[in-house]
Amino acid sequence: MKYRSAFDIIGPVMIGPSSSHTAGAARIGRVARTLFGYQPQKAVIHLYGSFAETYKGHGTDVAIVGGLLDFDTFDERIPTSLQLAKKANMEVEFVVERTVTDHPNTVRIKLYDEQKELEVVGISIGGGTIEITELNSFQLKLSGENPAILVVHNDQFGVVSAVTTVMAQNEINISHMEVSRKEKGKMAMMVIEVDQKIPAEVLKEIEGLPNVTQIIQMVE
Amino acid sequence: MFRNVAELVELAEKKQVKIAEVMIEQEMEITGLTREEIIAKMEHNLVVMEQAVERGLKGVTSVSGLTGGDSVLLQNYIKSGKSLGGDILLDAVSKAMATNEVNAAMGVICATPTAGSAGVVPGTLFAVKEKLNPTRMEMIEYLFTAAAFGFVVANNASISGAAGGCQAEVGSASGMAAAAIVEMAGGTPSQCAEAMAITLKNMLGLVCDPVAGLVEVPCVKRNAMGASNAITAADMALAGIKSRIPCDEVIHSMYLIGQTMPTALRETAKGGLAATPTGKRLEAEIFGRQKQMQS
Repeated sequence: MKYRSAFDIIGPVMIGPSSSHTAGAARIGRVARTLFGYQPQKAVIHLYGSFAETYKGHGTDVAIVGGLLDFDTFDERIPTSLQLAKKANMEVEFVVERTVTDHPNTVRIKLYDEQKELEVVGISIGGGTIEITELNSFQLKLSGENPAILVVHNDQFGVVSAVTTVMAQNEINISHMEVSRKEKGKMAMMVIEVDQKIPAEVLKEIEGLPNVTQIIQMVE
Repeated sequence: MFRNVAELVELAEKKQVKIAEVMIEQEMEITGLTREEIIAKMEHNLVVMEQAVERGLKGVTSVSGLTGGDSVLLQNYIKSGKSLGGDILLDAVSKAMATNEVNAAMGVICATPTAGSAGVVPGTLFAVKEKLNPTRMEMIEYLFTAAAFGFVVANNASISGAAGGCQAEVGSASGMAAAAIVEMAGGTPSQCAEAMAITLKNMLGLVCDPVAGLVEVPCVKRNAMGASNAITAADMALAGIKSRIPCDEVIHSMYLIGQTMPTALRETAKGGLAATPTGKRLEAEIFGRQKQMQS
């Protein structure tokens, strides 16, 4: 089921005018920032489908940038986020794409600073509910509503069980999990959604496991 | 967990509780939150809705200048005593528009189920409340009843104009409101489902064609008609009228219609009213320079 809560239907509380094009867009921006870890220096935002056609009227641009500045959907600073981004020294570039995507409300966000870059694809599926469908070319499905960790690892046997064993030993319950890879035997990624925030020492333990190369934490 | 309207109605009848109660219990199960926490969360949404209507009825203007103030005109007309459609109906229409006018002005609203269709559920609630005199808790329950029906539509069809047209947005909102009105007025769970079915049937095929891509024209007035449709269908269901096509089948047909709807009529601002000479002219006036710079 795509929608799980009554508050997906009655909610979110948000700045108008569109739940999918404004609130959903702000949420995708905010999840992208969370995945990046902090405010990036530069953001390149590619808009597709209905996002590309109507972003100005719906404030999709200010909403995504508001999300990148860590604003929630009801933050009254969203309408002025482009100016606020400039003040915060975050460079923003929009690219209107003509390519047809699977979902009409699709955005690809590339975030950069001197150390790293991150590429996220998000879709806004209606009523402010979103899904992250791609991260650094990995296909995935992340709602952004629950705490989650993304574990980048070598595609070898035993890594999944090693990670989940650490979680079990620390009494952390997994609510949803998926594993994907780009190519057999190369790089893979686990998306693990959990019920509560994962303590820092547990993350450290997972990061220290053999074949685990990176951990990205995602807490709302 | 209920997956469709038939299961929702059956659950409520078996337990002999309101639809709202089924939704609250499911929410407790899924989130692990207590009843009090869930009710407090919904009351917060109710407060946001009240504030939005209040703000809209003071008169607002959107950023583009296309919408605002119509809810006030209608309130003044009701006060004149000349109305033909009935005061509760027109009050609902006015309050639905008030919410959407605030939305278009980039004010704070609560999506129900979306922002573009945010007027219908609160508009009808704050109008029928004048006659039904509900308690605060019953008003919160109204929102849970609406949520239960919206939940089914969202999971089995769509609540996105870009995916399914306006029938998925104002159509869903209108059906949710009709069901919630029936429950607040003392109707049975199956009467709620009939009201939802009757409403949605009359919204099938409605396209999403916002002028200049803005959630203003025709969205504000579609919410007005959504509210009026909801009250009419609720009255019909309470009178004992049934839908020949069961609610779940109506929802499924809405989904199929959305699937076959051309892209131009799904929130791309390329067809329908957006493509009329006046729609084009308004778009040019609002965005003229920016559009030229892009292409």
